[in-house]
Amino acid sequence: MNAFRVILAKDLRVELRTLQSVPAMALFAMTTFVLFRFALDREQLQGSLAAGVILATVLFAAILAINRLFVAEREEGGFDAIRLAPIDSSALFAAKAVALVVYLVALEAIALPALGFLFLETWSGLVPLAGVLLLADVGLAAVGVLVSAIGVNSRARELIVPLLLLPLAVPVMIAAAGAAEPLLAAGGPDYDGVGKWIAMLALYDAVFVAIGYAVYDFLLED
Amino acid sequence: MSRVSLPSLRTLAVATVIALVAAFALVFFYAPLDADQGFIQKIFYLHVPLATCALLGFLVAAVYAIRHLRSGDPEHDARSYVAIHLSIIFGVAVLVTGSIWARAAWGKWWVWDEPTLVSFLIVFLLYCTYYPLRFAIEDRERQARYASVFAITAGAFVPLNFMAVRLAESLVHPRTFATAEGGMPGEMWLTFGVSLAGMGLLWVTLVRFELVAKRSRARISRLRRALDAGAGSGRASRIAPSVPSRAGVS
Repeated sequence: MNAFRVILAKDLRVELRTLQSVPAMALFAMTTFVLFRFALDREQLQGSLAAGVILATVLFAAILAINRLFVAEREEGGFDAIRLAPIDSSALFAAKAVALVVYLVALEAIALPALGFLFLETWSGLVPLAGVLLLADVGLAAVGVLVSAIGVNSRARELIVPLLLLPLAVPVMIAAAGAAEPLLAAGGPDYDGVGKWIAMLALYDAVFVAIGYAVYDFLLED
Repeated sequence: MSRVSLPSLRTLAVATVIALVAAFALVFFYAPLDADQGFIQKIFYLHVPLATCALLGFLVAAVYAIRHLRSGDPEHDARSYVAIHLSIIFGVAVLVTGSIWARAAWGKWWVWDEPTLVSFLIVFLLYCTYYPLRFAIEDRERQARYASVFAITAGAFVPLNFMAVRLAESLVHPRTFATAEGGMPGEMWLTFGVSLAGMGLLWVTLVRFELVAKRSRARISRLRRALDAGAGSGRASRIAPSVPSRAGVS
């Protein structure tokens, strides 16, 4: 637990000092919004279109962070240090997953108001939407850590990470989009039928956190 | 390996031929024509067994991946690899036959609100990344380990994905086994059962065949290397897992 806290604090401190992930993600998200404005040719979004825009943006921004998640560990010998240290390697994976969730939440703290400001008529759906996105973030982080650890040790990291992540993230997108659509409805949020999607997201999170916990060890040993 | 009496490859192959011939005979001469779809419905006896085998094959690959990670035995990695490989090939056939069926039954090559078809496409796309993944990792041992991690993750993904897609669709289309009201008649069930058995046998035979072929190839290249030591002519595939050769090729 202590090791987990130390690694997480280290990661967050590195992020605060170098600002290499979250600002890039936020900038990417803003640019994506502008692209969507013209690609969809809409000035106002609601319902499924708004849900699709915010979720696709978050997913693609997440790829940026997931790509970089273990790069420092690999380049600066962090993996060897973790292996040498008398700690369980689960601490590393748990810390990385939580750091990823923190990055995604920070991104959404910027992207959601921006979405409201640029596209939405009413902001009232954004608060429950933030809850849905938090659940989606946990699932993305659980899968993202695995994919990132696989990708960082391969020859083509930038290729492997999105290739593996996107199909794995399809159920998250289906469930989060299903929940977000009524929340962003034109006339204000509608909570009908959101429950089953929340349950689906929670199930996905539970399954992939469990899978990650079961297999992380094999991604580190050599 | 403590398997006592696996049927030999030849027995399996003969059983496959018999089962598939019987299945096609039943499909064409015994199974009744479907009331609303007519003759085209018979593609069901090809499409659904193929899909079932492909999906079960992915799960089998996950089971072998677990065994590989637990034991470190490269033989299990090879089985997991071959299982995924053949399931992907079956998957291509599933998508093609599914498309043909959709065109005939609903007039469109692709139907987005048919959850099974869409789920299958997503699963298929995910498993297609298995090859680039193996290709991107140089170290053999690490490649095998990561491939197993992938196979386990993807194996857990299969049921989750089917659930999510099923939830996303309004259930307007009939499920496969309830084409007419009250489900399929007995003749259809029998034909389907035989087709499924034949397709399952085909999958198992092909998996065994590829494993035997890999093992023989490994032995040959090892023998050749022993013959002209240093010439380095043993050219193995870069992404296929190496299989330890055993004295008795089954």
